[in-house]
Amino acid sequence: MYTMEYDVVVIGGGPAGLAAAVSAKEEGADKVLIIERDNALGGILQQCIHPGFGLTRFKEELTGPEYYSRFTKKVAELGVDVLLNAMVLEVNDEAKQVLCTNSEYGMVCVQAKSIVLSMGCRERTRANIVVPGTRPAGLYTAGSAQRLVNRQNIMVGKKVVILGSGDIGMIMARRMTLEGAEVVMVVELMDYLAGLTRNRVQCLDDFGIPLKLAHTITKIEGNERVTGVYVAPVDENKKPILEKEEYVPCDTVLFSVGLIPENELSKKAEIAISPVTNGPVVNQQMQTSKAGIFACGNVVHVNDLVDNVSAESETAGRFAARFAMGNLPSVVKEITCQTGRNVRYVCPQKISLSAENETVNLYFRVLTPEFGATLVAKCGDKELTRKKEIKVNPGEMCHLTVDTKDITGDLTVEVLKED
Amino acid sequence: MKTDVVIIGAGAVGCAIARELSKYHVKVTVVDKNEDVGGDASKSNSAIIHTGYDASPGTLESQLVVAANPMYDEIVKDLDVPFKRIGAILPAFTDEQFEQLPAIKEKAFKNHVYDVEYKSGAELLEMEPNLNPEVKGGLYIPRESIIDPFILVQAMAENAAANGAEFLLGAKVTDIKTENGKIKSVVTEKGEIETQYVINSAGLYCDEIAAMVGKADYKVVARKGQFYILDKNTSCQVNHIVLPIPTKITKGKLMCPTIHGNMLVGPTAEDQESKVDKSTTAEGLLSIEKDVRNLIPNVNLRDTITQYCGLRPNRNPEGLNFNMYDDLAGYINLSGVRSTGLTLSVAMGKYVVQQMLMHGAGFVLKDNFIKERKGIVKFSEQPLDVQDALIRENPLYGNVICRCETITEAEIMQAIHRPLGAKSVDAVKRRVRAGMGRCQGGFCGPKVIEILARELGCAPEEINKHNPGSYMVTGRSRD
Repeated sequence: MYTMEYDVVVIGGGPAGLAAAVSAKEEGADKVLIIERDNALGGILQQCIHPGFGLTRFKEELTGPEYYSRFTKKVAELGVDVLLNAMVLEVNDEAKQVLCTNSEYGMVCVQAKSIVLSMGCRERTRANIVVPGTRPAGLYTAGSAQRLVNRQNIMVGKKVVILGSGDIGMIMARRMTLEGAEVVMVVELMDYLAGLTRNRVQCLDDFGIPLKLAHTITKIEGNERVTGVYVAPVDENKKPILEKEEYVPCDTVLFSVGLIPENELSKKAEIAISPVTNGPVVNQQMQTSKAGIFACGNVVHVNDLVDNVSAESETAGRFAARFAMGNLPSVVKEITCQTGRNVRYVCPQKISLSAENETVNLYFRVLTPEFGATLVAKCGDKELTRKKEIKVNPGEMCHLTVDTKDITGDLTVEVLKED
Repeated sequence: MKTDVVIIGAGAVGCAIARELSKYHVKVTVVDKNEDVGGDASKSNSAIIHTGYDASPGTLESQLVVAANPMYDEIVKDLDVPFKRIGAILPAFTDEQFEQLPAIKEKAFKNHVYDVEYKSGAELLEMEPNLNPEVKGGLYIPRESIIDPFILVQAMAENAAANGAEFLLGAKVTDIKTENGKIKSVVTEKGEIETQYVINSAGLYCDEIAAMVGKADYKVVARKGQFYILDKNTSCQVNHIVLPIPTKITKGKLMCPTIHGNMLVGPTAEDQESKVDKSTTAEGLLSIEKDVRNLIPNVNLRDTITQYCGLRPNRNPEGLNFNMYDDLAGYINLSGVRSTGLTLSVAMGKYVVQQMLMHGAGFVLKDNFIKERKGIVKFSEQPLDVQDALIRENPLYGNVICRCETITEAEIMQAIHRPLGAKSVDAVKRRVRAGMGRCQGGFCGPKVIEILARELGCAPEEINKHNPGSYMVTGRSRD
């Protein structure tokens, strides 16, 4: 078996892994390796050929490939090593070893000083949400359709119904339309949008694609290829109102019904997983429950903007480098970040306080949409920061920053109705 | 085309008969309307090899199931089929159910299934910690087993083919011609085959085939069975086949592990007119949830990775039937091959051939029958040093295509290029499990289409999910 030795080993060469690797190197780690299963770096951004990336980070609008190219360029300049076509099968947290396959080298064991998990996420499927009916050809998750259309130059269908108003679903509605397909409608179970408002405007409204909120697909028909679906409105308990069911002929159904962090490796390594985010529980350094194993990006929690992923991943890379170099600040006290009113989760879930002051980014999602909201982070009765928002929405990440020097105990994040 | 025996239907039973016949000097042609073997009932069932403990004693079905079960030890070794004797438990939760146990044991005895054991509630809970704690006691049936049903059928077919049997797939039978009370030929969409014998093992469609020779004195009633498959990581698992005590109306819904470590929950039993409607329904899936909670209260159906539906070819009037006819020499009709069909297929193969021999077929045994068939080496199941050697020998073993099940390009290539190889996305899936995992082909599906098109030398839009018409994609986006 082939063996290698590195200071920081990053699993996954998507936007999270790229940012982590670059910052680990910049922080001073000598040898940094990215292990990537695809034949190129960039991850899912390779198939995101639409613009809309980088507005926060670079103050300009980039496509997915343009966005990740800024990082791959740095990877090359800084001398970060890359192992492509390599599928990681196991992470040994005790020995800090990563086992992977590679066509060229055979089985490869990489010895690391610290490890960054950045495997991203996968799409929820038709089966996960249990849509009844037959199992014909023509049912795709929005992301696999996007891969086929954008990377393999292959069209998946001509008359499309999209279930779920997630960002990829809306972007694919526009993409399929531009490629000549008819997108009949986008159907969303909730009575609000799952993705970003700007995507509804740019991808649905601008193309006259109807959005059916509080509706669902009740049945899929077709034995060989999809021939149509039944669509019905739902009541307040999300139960379909069958009397109002209508038949919609189509040859393709795309599912954009949520993303699930891909944590099979983390679970095998017995890393603590949050039941809310389905990702590793992390502290503000993005360190998991296992010392020296860090995690970042969509493997931790599903982000809406890649810009946030990059920022969070730089933190992971920086601290992974410091762990590898043996100069992680020693922890004086660990506090938890708790969810207050209308907050579904907060990432990080923990903050390790040390003698150093750090600015901590708190990313969180709300439970229900609300107009005129105030975001607050507090320790007991002591308010650390507050921010007003015109509107909060479960589809869009909220963000606050706090300084560790101000933290006096467990921290609570809440969303208050404007007074 | 000319042959000696035409077998109509390449399901478990048809392929078992073909394999058995391929031991003799006789020309065998298996025809099926589907593009792949095992295309209907043989692919969507509970994947259990039964003991026959609960069959109706004395019936042909009971005899064949009971005879078949012990045959699997040798067959799975010879044909390299994943199989495990995990055993079944039949727990009683109410006094009424408890009182039925002696009669069930008595019936098992009459079926010559002598190894059924009584277990106390405490013993059952120890065997199956997730069992409903109200269990009062029950039966343990040690030889109830699980199998990979796809591989079983493929293995029998491949082995029959290796021994000279021919397969004509995607060839629906449209007519059977007879002459002077004898079989003359079988007409298919891909041509007419002159033959001496016709064996009707067409499952769901065996009544339609029988009608072609005027022997349809029964109807096939499709009995729909819906199932859930749960993620390998699901929180609440079982180690055995956990069966409910049957009621007068139904055998009920069970929970068991699959041979590949998922959990299987179901099936429903709904008689229907249509032989093609394999749709799952909200009501059916809900009834599974409700019923299985009585057995395993903490079952987590939210961990489902897929739901599917199979149609059992039930017969009206009921019962497994083997028929030969005085007024139609060379015609053999099998009907009522229902939920026990997968299990009894191997015994049915022997039974049919023995009947033919005893009725003067005069087939002569070959001395060069190839008994063994090797499956595709599964990368994920090998120890580290073997994995390393596999990649060095064939670098495609280092290219993982299906990340959920760790299936490599080397395995997919073999699935496509071996005899009776895969031509569709589902056929690849049923041979090597690419797309069978938690993402259900979300990641590997596009790559599998690409590999199939490349290897079969066709355009991506010619690749089907299963049968013609189930095209995966519609063409190039733009050049």
